Amino acid sequence: MVGETMSATLQHIDIAAIREDFPILSQQVHGKTFVYLDSGASAQKPRQVIDAMSYVMEAQYANVHRGLHYMSEKTSDAYEVVRDKVAAFINAGSRDEIVFTRNATESINLVAYTYGRTVLKPGDAVAVSQMEHHANLVPWQMLRDAHGTELRIIKITDSGEIDFNSMEEVFADGKVKLLAITQMSNVLGSYTPVERLAKFAHERGAKILLDGSQAIVHRKVDVQAIDADFYVFSGHKLYGPTGIGVLYAKAELLEAMPPFLGGGDMIASVSYEKSTWAKPPHRFEAGTPAIIETIGLGAAIDYVQGIGFEAIAAHEQVLTEHALATLDNIEGLRIIGRAQDRGGVISFVMKDVHAHDIATLLDRQGIAVRAGQHCAEPLMGRLGVTSTARASFGVYTLPEEIDALAAGLQRIRKIFA
Amino acid sequence: MNTSLYQNAVVERSRHPRFAGHPAVFDLHGRGANPLCGDAVDVFVTREGMHVAHESHGCAIMTASADLMAGAVAGKSPEEIAALRRSFETTVKTGRENPELGELNALAGVSEFASRIRCATLPWSALAEALDHG
Ligand SMILES: Cc1ncc(COP(=O)(O)O)c(C=O)c1O
Repeated sequence: MVGETMSATLQHIDIAAIREDFPILSQQVHGKTFVYLDSGASAQKPRQVIDAMSYVMEAQYANVHRGLHYMSEKTSDAYEVVRDKVAAFINAGSRDEIVFTRNATESINLVAYTYGRTVLKPGDAVAVSQMEHHANLVPWQMLRDAHGTELRIIKITDSGEIDFNSMEEVFADGKVKLLAITQMSNVLGSYTPVERLAKFAHERGAKILLDGSQAIVHRKVDVQAIDADFYVFSGHKLYGPTGIGVLYAKAELLEAMPPFLGGGDMIASVSYEKSTWAKPPHRFEAGTPAIIETIGLGAAIDYVQGIGFEAIAAHEQVLTEHALATLDNIEGLRIIGRAQDRGGVISFVMKDVHAHDIATLLDRQGIAVRAGQHCAEPLMGRLGVTSTARASFGVYTLPEEIDALAAGLQRIRKIFA
Repeated sequence: MNTSLYQNAVVERSRHPRFAGHPAVFDLHGRGANPLCGDAVDVFVTREGMHVAHESHGCAIMTASADLMAGAVAGKSPEEIAALRRSFETTVKTGRENPELGELNALAGVSEFASRIRCATLPWSALAEALDHG
């Protein structure tokens, strides 16, 4: 995938070849070149993923783990190979530490429901940061209300970084038993110092769950190097299909957790009176899984590994620096979030123009951005805004697309001048 | 760029609304809120002469719609307002202008933006709430 050609600005990556892989990018929207700057919400899909999924349905499909026949065995193999791929992708210690879910949201709910209601005791506290996606806040509120755990909020600084003074305060009385925190904010673009956070939590007797939904797309993740206890992400932001997500958890944690949903595939033996549970990861995968989507995720992982994270990260850095410089030049525009370590997710507000009007007017120019609260309503309050517009980048994003965004924003400024 | 919706009337009325404010004295109050985006509008009605004021925290479409609505309903009866609301909702859904709507036709273009129709109709639900339950 990474060819010999070198674009003037992006020596790291053959962006033209990459763009060819994404059929949707050649479309027009409202008669304009389609500029997709909403990869943080969901990424577009390369041909390789589309083909892998079509191939399963055309040539290699049956239910998994159930049939003694040829097609079922072939499909089970193709499905289980993805578990190995995911394990290698995030450097899990074992394939059995990889649980397939529907998405990051379900992965977090699974942990809250099983680990949360057994290992965590009433009176224990769960700590999250002020910049969590609702997916990493609401399940802990539900756990609090159902199980009597406490929920504590770690402050962020005005630049959008974790406030370690606040961490000290939140952990001071030793009640925090789980730190559930993002690796990259979907609003501010800040990366969090995950190794430091894990060390901090472990030194104080807490486990750490990392929400990797945004970070996994941009950075090489090594769950063992981080020493993460739980790590979650969704396939659809990683150029894979919807309907497939991942929960990584250390083997001894999974071993101690009761099932989440009951049904087929998750049992060891069943009588009318009682059942015994299968070993992890199958204990947590009740019912027919998202076979086609899982195989699609495998293709997506092959795809990003084919490009390589060194190239992906360098590309993201070039784009982010270009975007920050370009957007800062627009009068009346304010970028929200100024973390030192930040990536290709940029929120902004414009004087006298509501984020939804920005999004609608950009859409008319073929430019897709997101506007609103980004599933982080409390964070909007913390930042003192009601909503923001957000541009987010993927492997296929061009510097020229950021220039198109800037030109579009200048036109909007004129309309509202 | 196709900005027909964001023509002068809409931008102008959102930037410089004529009926904005929270009057000290009023008879009825109604609120419209869109939990999806956090936008909200409060309307305050003085029955005598049907004077409507609004406090809008939202996008240009919602604010302009609230302001144009306040102008359009002045002096009208609740029944006339209910009829006007129905015509207005038809126009923002179909894009067909309607002579009886006058200035409100400035928002006809919102029909092209399915996700924004709610922004235009929100002040009208707030007003209906005020008139129904006050
Ligand atoms: C940081 C973060 N966490 C969690 C999620 C939830 O992802 P999903 O909706 O795929 O479960 C998202 C997606 O928007 C996100 O950006």
